[in-house]
Amino acid sequence: MAERIAITGVGQTYHKSKRKDVNAPELVTEAVEAALKDAQLTMKDIDFVVSGSFEMADGQYLPDMWILPEFGGVGKPGLKLQNAGTTGGVAAGAAFNYAASGMFNNVLCVTWQKMDEGQGAFGRGGGGLSEYWQSQIPMSPITNFARRTFAYLHNSGCTEEHFAITRVKQDQCALKNPYAQLKLNTTVEKVMESMALVWPIRYLHMCPSTAGAAAFIVSPENQAKKVTRKPVWVEDWFCAHVGGAFTMAEDPTLSTLRHGCEVVYKRNGITNVLKDIQAFEVYEPCSPAELRWMEEVGVCEDWTAWKLMEQGKVGIDKEIPFNPSGGVTATNPIGATPVIRIIEAALQIRDDAGEHQVPQTVNRALATAYGGQGENVIFLLRKSL
Amino acid sequence: MTEQSLQEEPLVVRGKLEIPYKQFVGSVASKFLIEIRDNKKIFGMRCPECNRVYVPSRSICPKCMCRMDEWVEVSDRGTVLTYTVVNYKEPTHPVEPPFVYGIIQLDGADTGIVHFIAGVDPEELKVGLRVQAVFKAERQGSMLDIKHFKPL
Ligand SMILES: [Zn+2]
Repeated sequence: MAERIAITGVGQTYHKSKRKDVNAPELVTEAVEAALKDAQLTMKDIDFVVSGSFEMADGQYLPDMWILPEFGGVGKPGLKLQNAGTTGGVAAGAAFNYAASGMFNNVLCVTWQKMDEGQGAFGRGGGGLSEYWQSQIPMSPITNFARRTFAYLHNSGCTEEHFAITRVKQDQCALKNPYAQLKLNTTVEKVMESMALVWPIRYLHMCPSTAGAAAFIVSPENQAKKVTRKPVWVEDWFCAHVGGAFTMAEDPTLSTLRHGCEVVYKRNGITNVLKDIQAFEVYEPCSPAELRWMEEVGVCEDWTAWKLMEQGKVGIDKEIPFNPSGGVTATNPIGATPVIRIIEAALQIRDDAGEHQVPQTVNRALATAYGGQGENVIFLLRKSL
Repeated sequence: MTEQSLQEEPLVVRGKLEIPYKQFVGSVASKFLIEIRDNKKIFGMRCPECNRVYVPSRSICPKCMCRMDEWVEVSDRGTVLTYTVVNYKEPTHPVEPPFVYGIIQLDGADTGIVHFIAGVDPEELKVGLRVQAVFKAERQGSMLDIKHFKPL
């Protein structure tokens, strides 16, 4: 029988484009130290370790073998997961399941990416494509989002300016997040003037390369209550796969985000998304994606998010508290990015997010992971169960 | 389509992954390599809690999970903890076979380092053999600035 589980500690690095001062084990240890300190635990208390990074983006192979010994993460049961952009999503899901098994007291989930060491272009390249149907044509996550964004322009009636307005909103949120990497203080004009990488996706729409790590500790109910006065309960999680560009050839806007959200909303009695969920940390790898993600998550009707963005209704202290951390367009250490979403959602519930804290009480938060060419992992966190 | 035609010409798509990378050594481990390169000296880090001296130096004691900042010079002499003899050739080997590598605990250190042991007949190798570092004349800031360890 599954135990009720709660996150008892969270930690992340101050994300940067380069961290020449530390090697990968030291970078990862910074996040582990922060999570342990937050939970007031030591590695001696940890009895299961889930780790993950998108190995190819760093040009690393089996990095857990030489990274985990740095912080005493070896000699304990555990596993390593690798699943491109959703690495942190499946790692967190696995950590939740191991905690829910009731067999372990304190499960550590630690994820990282040191993109200053690899050739990120490989990671952003043609992974996840069928070699004989697709990968000879240079499709990548950027072209994938160009295709989706073109469909969004076509279907919604918005203009390119709305993508720039979205980028500025993301940037304004990131400016208030001490851990965020890109703090551009940019303008609609600058975004619109930036290079069109694959039209309509522009340079300033895309997420950066990041060196960073993120970790949390999750425990079954009895242990969680002993560890912290502010447990963040894990209400549900769901992983929805899609067959990459192959499936999208049938429907260029197809996404498993909507499907995944529908499943967890139904399982948890959520009928009015904006009323039932008070903070959203949704993995948006580029600015225009946030508009479609708002619709697929269910905070507004299809093809209307751009109007809400234009009206200034989206932001930390706005009607729609969507990505108050500044999101992925500000910070993207790929393997760790989903765990950052979970950490940020947890901080919102704990009322510990500081300057980017949503002003209303956050009883429930949604966090998601996106990866490959359309996989999504959905997490619901709660203040109380 | 007949079964016969299905068996004709099974096509193959060939590919190759190229995964270039670099790795930042970090400030602490860089100092370790720089001391070897510039001064032929080997340094470790002492843990303030358990007193263990880590060679190569590292910034965190994995047993105590505490930050270390006390540099300790250790000897270039040490003891073989274990060893093996490599007899086959492959492109990743930096030296020609047969060669010996082992784990050597330097005097003053609590941990061992992996390195080559040369100038010794494989029959004379044994756990507990006393060895000394042989530094290269041209040093570049890598573990191979120590050419190998030789018996004392
Ligand atoms: Zn120690």
